[in-house]
Amino acid sequence: MKPRGAIQIAYLVLIYGFLYLPILVLIVYSFNDAKYSLEWRGVTWTWYRNLLDDPDLLQAALNSVLIAALSATVATGIGALAAVALYRYEFFGKPLLQGLIFVLMMTPDIVMGIALLILFASLSLPLGFWTLLLAHITFNIPFVVVTVLSRISGFDRHLLEAAKDLGATEFQTVRRIVLPLLMPAVAAGWLLSFTLSMDDVMVSFFVTGPTFEILPLKIYSMARLGVTPEINALCTLMLGATLILILVAQLLLRERT
Amino acid sequence: MRRKAQGEKRSCLMRIKEPFKLTAVGVIGFWLMAFALLPNLLVVVASLLERGGDEFVALILTLDNYRRLFDPLYLGVLLDSLWLAAATTLLCLLLGYPFAYLLTRMPTRRRPLLLLLVIVPFWTSSLVRTYAMVILLQTNGWLNQLLLDLGWIAEPLELLYTEPAVIAGMLYALLPFMILPLYAVLEKLDRRLIEAARDLGAGRVTIFRRIILPLTLPGIVAGCLLTFLPGLGMFYVADLLGGARAMLVGNLIRDQFLSARDWPFGAAASVLLTVLMGLLLWAYYLSARRANQGALP
Repeated sequence: MKPRGAIQIAYLVLIYGFLYLPILVLIVYSFNDAKYSLEWRGVTWTWYRNLLDDPDLLQAALNSVLIAALSATVATGIGALAAVALYRYEFFGKPLLQGLIFVLMMTPDIVMGIALLILFASLSLPLGFWTLLLAHITFNIPFVVVTVLSRISGFDRHLLEAAKDLGATEFQTVRRIVLPLLMPAVAAGWLLSFTLSMDDVMVSFFVTGPTFEILPLKIYSMARLGVTPEINALCTLMLGATLILILVAQLLLRERT
Repeated sequence: MRRKAQGEKRSCLMRIKEPFKLTAVGVIGFWLMAFALLPNLLVVVASLLERGGDEFVALILTLDNYRRLFDPLYLGVLLDSLWLAAATTLLCLLLGYPFAYLLTRMPTRRRPLLLLLVIVPFWTSSLVRTYAMVILLQTNGWLNQLLLDLGWIAEPLELLYTEPAVIAGMLYALLPFMILPLYAVLEKLDRRLIEAARDLGAGRVTIFRRIILPLTLPGIVAGCLLTFLPGLGMFYVADLLGGARAMLVGNLIRDQFLSARDWPFGAAASVLLTVLMGLLLWAYYLSARRANQGALP
């Protein structure tokens, strides 16, 4: 290998190192058998066992999964519908709709968080499960629309024309032809929404109340008090769960395309 | 013209006949109006009102909230935040550009895996990653340990709760957002243009400045957009790595809504962020249009 090539490889490795080292440290310390010292004292499952004994934490995790699954499902439904409509039809206000979707995707989380907080406050909605769900659906929708639209654009329009010629109604065309062809993108959109929702800190911070606690906010409040091996273990678990989801998404997309 | 008008009329009629279309457009239209447009309008309205007693706002029109943004106390936070976000964005660009370029020079069959490796951290919670950074930077953390073992420092450095720590944390959370758009434009770069320039006697610097840079500008602007804007708002990074001092506009806004209970002022700061976003989106639009024109023969 030429010396310039070696430098290039070294640079790539360095950046990958920067991306992965902190995560590696986190995982390693979640197994370290020492509460305060960073010295390596051997492998332990204590911190993971402590997590399982914490009912508040488990409830928060359960809440997070519930919100993520529900918001992903609703957002995928609305987002896929929107993508089909944007691709198939011309209608009044279409540029405005497209613009709103783009802006919604680009809006900084904190701006969206307080905007929704003000909305819920002026409607006098109590903050909790429902407000959180509405907020998560909202920030997930544009990502589903974009995922589905990018797949739809590669469509063979002749299939739709053929269906129409054969007498299919609009609804039948969508259900029997468009949706099956879109399934991989719909699945990918759902998984993307699910992970976005599981990870969100900033929007949730504003729109949930004390009655409904979710995992990222719980981690946030714990982490502000300092580093404990329990949080290492919890973060490692979240990391593992996300990785499994990504692998599933990759497999789904690869098989169907 | 007339034919077009008739066509529109027909499509209006068709809309009524097609329940599916009506439902699809209706649902997404309603959702975006109710949860994207309306809330943002309410923020603008709130930013023009006065702070209330029991209610969060009092219905009195004022521009005072905007004037207060330029009060030295808040202007300091604002400038600090802009500086931190700009520094992060610049570092992301300087580190990410060569990285994305080298990725596109890798063998084609290896690229998907290399790209996936960039995306994996991007998929994991940025809160978790920020927290991982805390572990690394602690006084008795790995970085200090390494520097001590190397003999470069005599005693541990106070790395946590400093400005560089916040920049490092945001860099870490945002770097993939810079790399991905850059990779997208660099991969599409027509190599023949570079070869032609070389044949015509252009040096490396000229090729970069006159060909690569203008053609990849939309990616650069998109990457900066995706790092700079979140960089202004990530209050949890500043909390975990920067300590108690409010450093980012994000912290300022959060505090107005949480502890200070001054919603109109927080709303004004948020409108400022939105205006910034608008300017950056406009810059992106201009650069994309210019690059497209440049690519045409």
